[in-house]
Amino acid sequence: MASAVNRWHDAIGYPLQTISENFMITVTDLKKTYHMGDIEVNALNGVSFEIKKGEFVAIMGPSGSGKSTLMNLIGCLDTPTSGTYVLDGDMVSQLDDVELAAARAAKLGFIFQQYNLLPRQTALRNVELPLIYRGISGAERHRRAAAALEIVGMKERTDHKPNELSGGQQQRVAIARALSGSPSVILADEPTGALDTKTSAEIMDILQRLNREQGLTVVLVTHEYDVAAYAGRVLTMRDGELVGDEKQTPRMTTQVVTMAGVAGK
Amino acid sequence: MATNIATLEGRGTTKSASSADIVFAPLQGSGSVSWSEIARTAFDSLLANRVRSFLTMLGVIIGVASVVALMALGDGASQSITSQIQSIGTNLLFIAPGQLNRGPGSGNIAAQNLSLDDYEAIVALKLPLNGVAPVAQTGGTLVAAAADKQVSIVGTTPSYAPLHSFEMAAGTFFDEVQARDGTAVVVLGANVAKDLFGSGQAVGQTVRLNGQPLRVIGVLKAKGGGGFGSVDDNAFMPIKYAQQRFANMRTADGNKYRVSSITLSVTNAQDIEGVQGRISALLRDRHGLDSDGSEDDFTILSQAAFLSTLNTITGLLTAFLAAVAGISLLVGGIGIMNIMLVSVTERTREIGLRKAVGARSRDILLQFLVEAVALSLTGGLLGLALGFMVATLVTLSGVLTASVSLFSVSLAVGFAVIVGLFFGIYPAQRAAKLNPIDALRYE
Ligand SMILES: Nc1ncnc2c1ncn2[C@@H]1O[C@H](COP(=O)(O)OP(=O)(O)O)[C@@H](O)[C@H]1O
Ligand SMILES: [Mg+2]
Repeated sequence: MASAVNRWHDAIGYPLQTISENFMITVTDLKKTYHMGDIEVNALNGVSFEIKKGEFVAIMGPSGSGKSTLMNLIGCLDTPTSGTYVLDGDMVSQLDDVELAAARAAKLGFIFQQYNLLPRQTALRNVELPLIYRGISGAERHRRAAAALEIVGMKERTDHKPNELSGGQQQRVAIARALSGSPSVILADEPTGALDTKTSAEIMDILQRLNREQGLTVVLVTHEYDVAAYAGRVLTMRDGELVGDEKQTPRMTTQVVTMAGVAGK
Repeated sequence: MATNIATLEGRGTTKSASSADIVFAPLQGSGSVSWSEIARTAFDSLLANRVRSFLTMLGVIIGVASVVALMALGDGASQSITSQIQSIGTNLLFIAPGQLNRGPGSGNIAAQNLSLDDYEAIVALKLPLNGVAPVAQTGGTLVAAAADKQVSIVGTTPSYAPLHSFEMAAGTFFDEVQARDGTAVVVLGANVAKDLFGSGQAVGQTVRLNGQPLRVIGVLKAKGGGGFGSVDDNAFMPIKYAQQRFANMRTADGNKYRVSSITLSVTNAQDIEGVQGRISALLRDRHGLDSDGSEDDFTILSQAAFLSTLNTITGLLTAFLAAVAGISLLVGGIGIMNIMLVSVTERTREIGLRKAVGARSRDILLQFLVEAVALSLTGGLLGLALGFMVATLVTLSGVLTASVSLFSVSLAVGFAVIVGLFFGIYPAQRAAKLNPIDALRYE
């Protein structure tokens, strides 16, 4: 880790003390340009911000403003055209494919709008997936995946296949999968985009609980104010630029009891 | 609000503290996917498309089955031919007049320049032989009381019988005394005895040849269809008798008795070539060929050389058939590549997801490669079973004994695995190269 910090330090020439131990995500002048034939699309046009460990951040903005592009970069799924990205002290923008895969496995948990569960596999097996790629052997993997499903209130559904579950339940399984690799950061790109209001609230409650109880850093893309309200900070994007960064008092869910009820069912 | 959080945290600690402790405990993994997981995922995905997987395997199944069955049949055929040839004797050399190996037309068996004197000269060499026998062959009609039959008449000496491993069904072969005296006796091949006397007793009966009576003193056991005009259709008599009774028993110059061939059996297999060389030299000398350097006017055939030529031919034939069958294995491989490419496209999102949760390109490559090999190997094993069944059925039918060799099994299965690897690598590379975002976006 120290060497990675030094690399980062050398690369951008910042004094070492500015690298706060408290920062989980530091992006500096991040740019991403897509080439569509002759046309250049500047999906990200120089974005800079920091996210502290344990923050719950919502990224908002109109469609096409670059939210997903930003999330993909934060998620180590893509590399920026220019700019730097430091994740938990690691200079991600200089990593190769193999190191990126390792960073994803070790630090990040993804939640997608379309859940992206493997359709033929049980909930448990879906949740085990990140552990398989980290070489965790059978019994331990089982124990961890079952515990992750319990956290999201899906303990009773471990042997169900995705098509036997409702959208909300599938998204819970997806959250359990994001958790099972014991990540530091949860990245969710419109996790409630396909869910009704009540189910959305349940999902947000789980994310808020993970943020508060386990100190997980949560970064979430949404275009719903109701959903963004659960975050402690809202970043606003427009045309590939960061146009707003506001702290707010997060809305606390009143559905905790309901949720626990679901968990016990 | 504060109470709310307290409640929440309180709930957290009582209700799910243990599960959270488990999930967020430090992970200690090997850092790479285990082979058993790769295999499990591979078989899951193959079983999810059972019919498609089976149809894809069919090419490999048929290919491997035909390689295994054809090689078993080829081996069986070659063994059966070999044992038939060996049934006429061991380490045999045949000496015949003229050049037999110059193609049809030029064969000059009628040269009649191999004589009984040549035979006696060979005997006088005292070579390491099990035995040697001259053959004066001609044709004739044996007439019995109830039937007559055209036969091939073999005038020879008693040593002919052990040379060709004759076994008697009844009576005896003629002995040295009868041979020296040229006694009018005959030993019948199994078919001859049957055609002349039916199921009745042949030994002790008299048959006529050119009006002259011959006493039947023995009947041979049936040998079955050998390659050389079956012994079962021959009649054997002392060579001296044949020479006295037939007009065509003289050499071309009329001075000596001719022989149609001389058969000898060499004691040790490793002496065959040496013996062949010495006889060749002797005959060339006796026929005066060395003085003007002309070609041999006789031919020495070696059973061993004949066998090895035959084995080379059957081996080549088997290899050729197996190679043709191998082509169907290749076609099967192309089918596997095709289906794997389809599978990569179908599972683009899955690949993206696997990468998002930490799979490296290497893991994806290995996954798809293992799936391709699983297809071809399963096909190979099923094909092996099928080929084995075919070989067993043929054996049971009694045509020949087809035995599946370990060599053909490892060849076929090894080839199947190589086909899977070879045709699986391209689709697997396509899968591994997929960009996770593009893959996740894929509809
Ligand atoms: N793979 C891509 N190739 C080309 N253009 C892209 C690609 N991904 C995104 N874009 C473009 O970049 C811009 C930002 O897209 P995106 O980050 O998906 O926006 P959002 O998630 O905020 O809706 C859009 O104009 C989009 O068309
Ligand atoms: Mg988007």
